[in-house]
This record gives sequence, structure tokens and C-alpha cells, in this order.
Amino acid sequence: MPSLESLTILIAEDSAADRMLLSHIVRRQGHEVLTAANGVEAVESFLQQRPHLVLMDAMMPVMDGFEAARQIKLLAGETLVPIIFLTSLSESEALARCLEAGGDDFLAKPYNPVILAAKIKAMDRLRRLQATVLQQRDLIAKHHEYLLNEQRVAKAVFDKVAHSGCLSAPNIRYLQSPYALFNGDLLLAAFTPAGDMHVLLGDFTGHGLPAAVGAMPLAEVFYGMTAKGYGLPETLREMNAKLKRILPVDMFCCATLLCLSFQRRSVEVWNGGMPDGYLHTIATDERKPLTARHLPLGVLSPQTFDDRTEVFPMAVGDRVFLLSDGVIDTCDGDEQLFGVERLHQVFAANRQPDSLFEEIERALRDFGGEARDDVSMVEVSLLEAAQLSPPALVYSDSGQSCPLDWSASFEFRAATLKRFNPLPYLLQLLLEVHGLRAQSSALYSVLAELYSNALEHGVLGLDSSLKRDAAGFARYYLQRNERLDALQNGYVRVHLQVMPEGKGGCLIVGVEDSGSGFDVARVLERPLDGVRLSGRGINLIRQLGRNASWSDEGRSARVEFFWEALA
Amino acid sequence: MADIHLDRDLLTMLQEVMGNEYPVLLDTFLSDSEERLCVLRKAEDAVQLMNAAHSFKGSSSNMGAARLAELCHELEQCAKERKLADIEKLVKKIDSEFAIIRPLYEAERQRSLSE
Repeated sequence: MPSLESLTILIAEDSAADRMLLSHIVRRQGHEVLTAANGVEAVESFLQQRPHLVLMDAMMPVMDGFEAARQIKLLAGETLVPIIFLTSLSESEALARCLEAGGDDFLAKPYNPVILAAKIKAMDRLRRLQATVLQQRDLIAKHHEYLLNEQRVAKAVFDKVAHSGCLSAPNIRYLQSPYALFNGDLLLAAFTPAGDMHVLLGDFTGHGLPAAVGAMPLAEVFYGMTAKGYGLPETLREMNAKLKRILPVDMFCCATLLCLSFQRRSVEVWNGGMPDGYLHTIATDERKPLTARHLPLGVLSPQTFDDRTEVFPMAVGDRVFLLSDGVIDTCDGDEQLFGVERLHQVFAANRQPDSLFEEIERALRDFGGEARDDVSMVEVSLLEAAQLSPPALVYSDSGQSCPLDWSASFEFRAATLKRFNPLPYLLQLLLEVHGLRAQSSALYSVLAELYSNALEHGVLGLDSSLKRDAAGFARYYLQRNERLDALQNGYVRVHLQVMPEGKGGCLIVGVEDSGSGFDVARVLERPLDGVRLSGRGINLIRQLGRNASWSDEGRSARVEFFWEALA
Repeated sequence: MADIHLDRDLLTMLQEVMGNEYPVLLDTFLSDSEERLCVLRKAEDAVQLMNAAHSFKGSSSNMGAARLAELCHELEQCAKERKLADIEKLVKKIDSEFAIIRPLYEAERQRSLSE
């Protein structure tokens, strides 16, 4: 018989003639034979020689075949040692006893060598199959262990990156499985130099490490650019370009990006391919869907990528709720999806905004959905600016090369204004002056206000009174985008002057624009403590900077910053 | 009439399988059977009798002792059903059947040795 390997076969049979006959048959078929005349001998022989297969007589003195089979199966453990009962038993009850004792097959007397050979061959196949299964199981277990270890390491590295942000800020609540990263879910949050908060909830295609590898570069861009003061559009463009460059074509990242401005009381949103987020206005209990208007990050080329965002007003206490598709794609036993409708029902039934997460989780459980580990939810609420304390920036240079007496002027013209945000560069330059670092947040906020005033009201001629209500807010930002797209002429000039003063120093910031100016006197008449800091943000500038003044019919603004001797 | 007692085809097969060991096998069967007959005669309870009859049936059928295997099967059944009267009758029948086949196996042994 080809391909049949020689096995060691134990024959346990009390009848000497039967034992002899069977030994001959088995030997002639090319196997090694061990013999035993009773159950005790059989178990003993199995222990010492570990045969591959056992031919076992049922009725034997001292210890019968049933007991011997049980003991051998126990000793064999996970390894399959097939036991073929030798029997002239005909009653089904007796045959059942053989099976219960662990028998795998029967061979009736009188022995038929052909049938015996076939049975040995079949049992050998089964035995090998079992061995292969065990081997592969162990291999899989090993691989799995290896994989888990890799994930642990990757997660530890990633957590260092992810948690360098401000997910622990008091206005953020989130829910994520500890290994959500390996389902491609990504949650990041960080403060901008102006004290705004950027939040990203992303969902990479795929699972496991491939889904997680894109997270690192994405987080790096997010944190790097947010810390330098870039706005959402620049950050989005850079993230998209980076992912497009490094990810394979079938991989991309659905993402919602938020910029929460506590000073301006607004939220800027970009949603590429994520489920609707919700802006919950507490006063009206209305939930405005923040719908995906873009393709995910990493799909479009930098030339075709659309970084346009939407801006909505918020009041203190209002919340933005974002979720991953794991929530609405949770399935029940009949493959039914949880769906957006059910989510809205949970919203409708929600009385305590703070217990929304728990209510969604309960609804998912009640729905009969299996607990998925790719459910991510985050809720960011708008607090009073003073309730948040953005972390102080850390600088590593010694200060020996600090520039203390210089001035610079810039003119940003139409083609540049369309695409380029100069603020991060200006801020970076100014923060070379050590004395300004302590007030970097105020400095950035003022620069940002002056620049956006010059651009939006000056160059683009937008009317700030539009922003009085929510609909106007949206219209304002729509007009801003349209006018910026169509912009042909105009400029914004920025003049910076740094001078030493005693042991400290002074910075004078001047911003001019090519617009038609505004009625300075009328705007400055307004009280300084407006509840909603919309409009020209002039109050903000006056609060944060010193000696703010406007000239040239509002086309030119000037603010000063001072610092004392450094400790 | 030897066919009731011996399955000649099976014996041919046994000889083929055993080769030179064939006569030893026949010897072993005969001495094995003597022992089993003793056990049958001395059996003290139905279970012992049943097990002995069962084993004897197995080896008889393996060795082509067709009639003997049949009688052992009947004995096994009677022992199971506790038909004491039949048991005695059957043990006697088995005795006499063995007396018939013993010389047949011895002759077979001689025949094979002289081949």
C-alpha cells in the first residue's frame, strides 16, 4: 500500500489464537505490533511505548477493554490515539458502551484483513488530521500571542502620542474600547495657541495593525499643526496629503474635525465620510446634524481636496456629539442594523444630557447587538473660556539668541489670502522673543482676530451683523468662502515691531487692509462686556492687548504687548 | 458434511495470512479452546458463563469453527436470559462439537505440514 506509513499498533486480546492471528495480519500490513493479554497490560504497554493506534478486545480478564480504553484515552490527552474495538458484540447497547468508553470504530470477528487494513488507514488519516489541527491550533495561538504583543507595544507607543493631547479636558467626554485603535478608530484633541480646541474623531478602513498604522502620522500632523496655530483647513489639507501619500489606495480615513472656539462661541466642522455628528443646542433642545460633506481623508489628490468647513454658533453648555459607525452599524441577531432612527429615538428620550452615553450603550445592548469594540463616541461641550486652562507650551531653547530689537512688515495679496494662513509663521517668529511666550495665547488670539477682521470685513467686505442668528451665521461663512474663491485684488499688511524697554520689552502689532474701513467710533461705543463675542471681535482685542486703536477709518489697527524682566 | 463444522475458505485465508506459522496457530487455537471448555464447565455464575461463551464465540469464528461459534452464541444468549436447563444442554453440545472438530483441525495441521 503506497503512502501508508508504518504505525505502532497495540493489540489487546486475551485469546492467544486471536492475538496471534491479528498480530500476523497487522504485521503483514507493514506495522509494528505490541501485544497485551488484558486491560492492565494494555495500559502499561501504552504508557511505555505510546503506540499510534489500539486494537482492543472488549471482554478481557483482569481489566476489560472498556476500562482500558478509558484510561488510554485519558493518558493520550489531546493526541488522538484511535481505538478500534475487536468484538463479536452485536447488540447495539454493547456497541454503545464501546463508544462511550472512547472507542472510535469496531472490527467484527471473524477478522477480515481487507476491512482491517481499510479501518487502520482511515483511523490513521483521522489521527494525522487531529495532529495537524493541534499543531495549527498551537501555531495560531503562538501567532495570536505574538500579534497581541505587537498590538500592546504599538498601543503603548500610540497612547503616548494620543494622550499628549487634551482628551482629559473637563469639557470632553468620550467612550472608546481600549483597543479601538486596532479597529481603526482614532480620537484626538488638542488646544490651539489661541485656546481653541481641535477635536478629531477618525475611522480608518480595515482592522488590526493596518488600520492602526495610519493613525500615527495623522496624529503627528494633527498635534503639530494644532500647536503651531494652524486652522482646520490647513491641517486638513496636510493630513489628506500625507495619508494620500503613504496609504495604499484601498485605505483611507473617515474623519470629523472640530474647532471649538470658546472665545468666539462657535464650532467649525469638517466631516469627511463619518456618520452625522450632532450639535445639541441646550436652550432649544434641538440637535443639528453635522453631515458628511466630503470624501474621507486620503482619497483625493491635494489638488482636488476640499477643505471647506462649516461654522455654527454655540452657547455655553451646548454640546457637539460625534460617533463612529460602530454605533449605528451594530447588528442584532437577525443582521438588522441599529440605525440612525433608533439613535434619534435615544436622543428624543434623553432627559439628562450627561447620561446620553449610558443610554446609547443600553439601547445597543437592548437591541441585542453583540458588544462591538469599534464603538467610539465623544461629546465636547462649550465652556466659559476661563473654565479651561490650556497647558503652558514648553520651549527647549536657552534664550541666549532671543531677538529683542527688530521690525518686519508683510503684505499678503489676493492669491495668497485665498490659500495661505500666515498666522502660524508670524506667531512662531514672535515666540522667538522669550518675553512674549507667557502671553502667547493672548497674542495669538489678538493676531487671529486682527487678521480675520482685516480679511473678512476689510478685504472681503463681509457684514458682521449677519452673525446675529444661527442662519445668518451659516450664510456669513458661505459668503466668506464664495468671496474668497472669487478674490482678485486686495491685501492684508502686518507690521511687527519689537523694542527693548528697560529689562523688558514691547511689541507693536499693526494690521492694515485694503477694505473700505468701518465706523470706529460707533463700534467702540458698545459696552466692553458683550455676552456673545461675535462681530468684529474688537472687544476681545481690547481686552487681551494694550492700547488698541484704529485709524485710517478703521482700515488700520494697532495693538501693543508689554513684558517685564524675565525671572 | 464437514462444511457445517469448518469454514474451509476461511482456513485457506488463515493459511495465507499465517504462512509458516499456520500450524502453530491451529495448535494455539486447540489448546486455547481446551482452557475455555474448562472455564465453561466450571463457570459459577451466569455472567462468567456469558463472558466465557462470548470470548469462545469470537475465537471460534476467527478460526472458521462455524458450528462451534454458533453454539457459543446460543450459550451466551441462554446465559443472558438465565435459561439454566438449556445451558447444561448447550455446554454438552459444545463439548461434543469440539470433540468433532479437534481431529479435523489436527488433520488440517498435518496437511499443511506436509505441503
